[in-house]
Amino acid sequence: MKSLEELKEIRDKYKNEIQIRKKEFREEEHIHKAHVMVCTGTGCVSSGARDVVAEFNDELGSRNLEDEVKVVGTGCHGLCELGPLVIVYPEGTFYSEITRDDVAEIVEEHIIDGQIVERLLYEDKSGKKIAGYNDIDFYKRQKRIALKNCGKINPESIEEYFAEGGYEALGKVIDELSPEEVIEMVKDSGLRGRGGGGFPTGLKWSFAAGAPGDKKYVICNADEGDPGAFMDRSVLEGDPHGIIEGMAISAYAIGADEGYIYVRAEYPLAVMRLKKAIIDAEEYGILGDNIYDSDFSFDLHVKEGAGAFVCGEETALMQSIEGNRGMPTPRPPYPAVKGLWGKPTNINNVETLVNIPYIILEGPEKFSAVGTEGSKGTKVFALTGKVNNTGLVEIAMGTTLREIIFDIGGGVQGGKEFKAVQTGGPSGGCVPKEHLDLSIDYESLLDVGAMMGSGGMVVMDEDTCMVDVARFFLDFTQSESCGKCTPCRIGTKRMLQILERITQGDGQGGDIDLLLELGARVKETSLCGLGQTAPNPVLSTIKFFRDEYEAHIYDNYCPTGSCDELALPYWIDKDICIGCTACVNECPVDAISGERKEPHVIDEDACISCGACAEICPVDAIFQK
Amino acid sequence: MALIKINGKEHEVESDLSILEAVRGEGYEIPTLCYHPDLSISGGCRLCIVEDVDSGQLITSCSTGVTEGLEIKTASERVERARRSVVDLLLSDHPLDCMICEADGNCTLQDLAYRYGLNESTLGSKIDPRFEIEHDNPFIVHDPDKCILCGRCIRVDNEIQCSDAIDFINRGFTTRIAAALEKDLGDDDSTCVFCGQCVEMCPTGALTYKPSIGEGREYNLEHTETTCGYCGVGCKLDLKTRGNKVVEVGSIYREGTPNPVGEACVKGRFGYEFIDHPDRLKTPLIKDKETGEFNEASWDEALDYIGDKFNQIKEESGGDAFGALCSARCSNEDNYLMQKLMRAGLGSHTIDHCARL
Repeated sequence: MKSLEELKEIRDKYKNEIQIRKKEFREEEHIHKAHVMVCTGTGCVSSGARDVVAEFNDELGSRNLEDEVKVVGTGCHGLCELGPLVIVYPEGTFYSEITRDDVAEIVEEHIIDGQIVERLLYEDKSGKKIAGYNDIDFYKRQKRIALKNCGKINPESIEEYFAEGGYEALGKVIDELSPEEVIEMVKDSGLRGRGGGGFPTGLKWSFAAGAPGDKKYVICNADEGDPGAFMDRSVLEGDPHGIIEGMAISAYAIGADEGYIYVRAEYPLAVMRLKKAIIDAEEYGILGDNIYDSDFSFDLHVKEGAGAFVCGEETALMQSIEGNRGMPTPRPPYPAVKGLWGKPTNINNVETLVNIPYIILEGPEKFSAVGTEGSKGTKVFALTGKVNNTGLVEIAMGTTLREIIFDIGGGVQGGKEFKAVQTGGPSGGCVPKEHLDLSIDYESLLDVGAMMGSGGMVVMDEDTCMVDVARFFLDFTQSESCGKCTPCRIGTKRMLQILERITQGDGQGGDIDLLLELGARVKETSLCGLGQTAPNPVLSTIKFFRDEYEAHIYDNYCPTGSCDELALPYWIDKDICIGCTACVNECPVDAISGERKEPHVIDEDACISCGACAEICPVDAIFQK
Repeated sequence: MALIKINGKEHEVESDLSILEAVRGEGYEIPTLCYHPDLSISGGCRLCIVEDVDSGQLITSCSTGVTEGLEIKTASERVERARRSVVDLLLSDHPLDCMICEADGNCTLQDLAYRYGLNESTLGSKIDPRFEIEHDNPFIVHDPDKCILCGRCIRVDNEIQCSDAIDFINRGFTTRIAAALEKDLGDDDSTCVFCGQCVEMCPTGALTYKPSIGEGREYNLEHTETTCGYCGVGCKLDLKTRGNKVVEVGSIYREGTPNPVGEACVKGRFGYEFIDHPDRLKTPLIKDKETGEFNEASWDEALDYIGDKFNQIKEESGGDAFGALCSARCSNEDNYLMQKLMRAGLGSHTIDHCARL
């Protein structure tokens, strides 16, 4: 491919093929009778999406419909809990939890007879069946920019990406814009790093562009490691070309000719799709020498990580690419000046980069029209924990936590009370219910001791012990610390030991102050972001749930009953007890005594609070204190 | 030159220096553990932090360069509190056995504990060891429990000696330093050449010389700078003696010497036992053919005896009857003279050289 015009010709050819999926063309004639879009993201694949695709192909083949109906594997739609998901166009009917056995019915009733299969539709909270993809609460409140292609196209087809206007932004940049103008556009858009720090992307690019050096690199940080977070994975799997295009544009802007995508090896599907996307782009001449017949050349490699969380930290990431143990190095020098192999390097996160083609094509004003004063555009969150609709959501900055958790997420599971939400993964903090109306933007989250992070959002209900939550996250960061700097290596360990003793009922007076002191020192003196943020879950839970810590330490009591060692002993109501002796036989530590047909008693000191007695009691006479 | 302010006082310093170098150059004290002027910057120990007045941040002075107008505080209450907490954390994972430690008196961690008045960690002491001591080789003892993971041993091994024999393994609190496959330094899989530079770099008692155990500690020893006699390179060595006995060979770090970064080989570092060995030759010996005994002789007697024999052999059998093997322990000049003696003096081309250490 030698020019933008050539690209547009190819685009128009494939555009006709996929317009069946667009609402505005619904009434028109299409090349195919129907498109069956089966989500083949990791979530849906694990629930059997590959079988569903095979079954659709078999079923359609046996009815000689394979030329009329196209089966397309797509990227993630976000509602992974209800996978495998199938959307049938032109109607845009959304089917959830589809198995092989449902396929024949969809082909027979929907595709051949034109009747929607009611049974397989999504059901909302009130039990109402909803057919339209965009009518579902989970989707209709989202604003999709980063995820705009995820679920909409076949990520393994570069032609479908062309059809959605792919690589036009790169062509525009090369044909019409100087590197300085590109950087200005990114600055004007107000885009900030989506990996956690929130550094203004355009400014970051200008540093690398301004650094002297004839060889420069761009890197995509796809080492997503926060527990429960899968925003980047979905983009990598669902829109690999969007990332490649974003990287090529950043390379053009800073004057780089080589790039690396550093991706977790634990994301095999993402790695496979990225590699295929790179080969396809090279075949079309979109990567390699003299792109679009210009002086701009760009080669791209995939580097698979070896499983260390800390390699998401940019300096450790570069060490890892160079073949060293992934350990962070002090900044300055910043990567923009001295990065990969000592050369000026620009590193951006997956979600940051996938926003770039949109900004170039649609203009920075359109991007910055979404969001708040300081945080423009959208943010993708992985909504997990005790929430009804777990999955991936993309919302406009400035949306409140309440809207995400209750409107999109459908509220807390089992009708329980909302307690807190952890944002920003193990580096973030817990936000309690009094801040539910907090606007989601970089500054507001920092103000309450949490952070945007890469987009993990774990909802906790009334049964969650906040001390245990802090212990869980610190346990993660401690075991993922690279071990290089003293505060992170030993400081987090000492904090963890204190949390462990608190949750085991051995908390001591002064432990809270000690945690605060250690936490402040670890934050202040650690080398990299991992250590500097590791105490956040502890500090924020102390800030908002200090009474829970105090209950553990001073009352030897876990208010939620989550900490086994702190569970309160059981007792028998002698007015109800019938003296059947069932509990005596059940008790594993012989803590119950009493004569047959007389009320029994439990020795509180011996009781281990296992609850076996209460379960076996035929008259429900046994209670926990 | 750059004008900077240290603790409120202006100083003009070279602009290509790190803050640490500049500040120390101006006579201020900044403690460090992982820093060494001959090694790359790590930034891991966090002791060299200073307060940047402009940003209000604590920054590591080893890894940050001076800039015009920089203003820092090297010992503010905040800085000292942070440093003390680092030492406190290190002590919480370090055995308190200074009284029997080989590094007593030569341990930066001990100095820091003294400086901050910490006779033990405020966070509790390390009662039980977490690791096994590694000592299955004749030269180096590695006690990971005393290791503070400053990484100086790894850097000297990788950057100066280029053996790549050791590196960090594992993560978090379980991080430690190990040789290949977690085996001993002397194992077949290890690339260690026992140059001993890791031991020299160790700021604690984590790495010590096995032959020197129990032979005395820093304050018992006298230092004598010497030139290694093993080969013609002429490395400078620091002979550490107690009484009249060499008990350890240390490094000398000085520009202009053949080994400016304290390099040594296994012979120079550990090959000193012969000095006091009872079998050591101290005078020439001439064999009595009758009794088969070697008898002490003066150098004059010995050289006369050799000269006579040389003449006799050359007369009887010609120059080709001679062969000589000279030594890498001699200088180039000595070796040149040896071949001259053989070729021009005795008339033989049969001359070889061990040419290896």
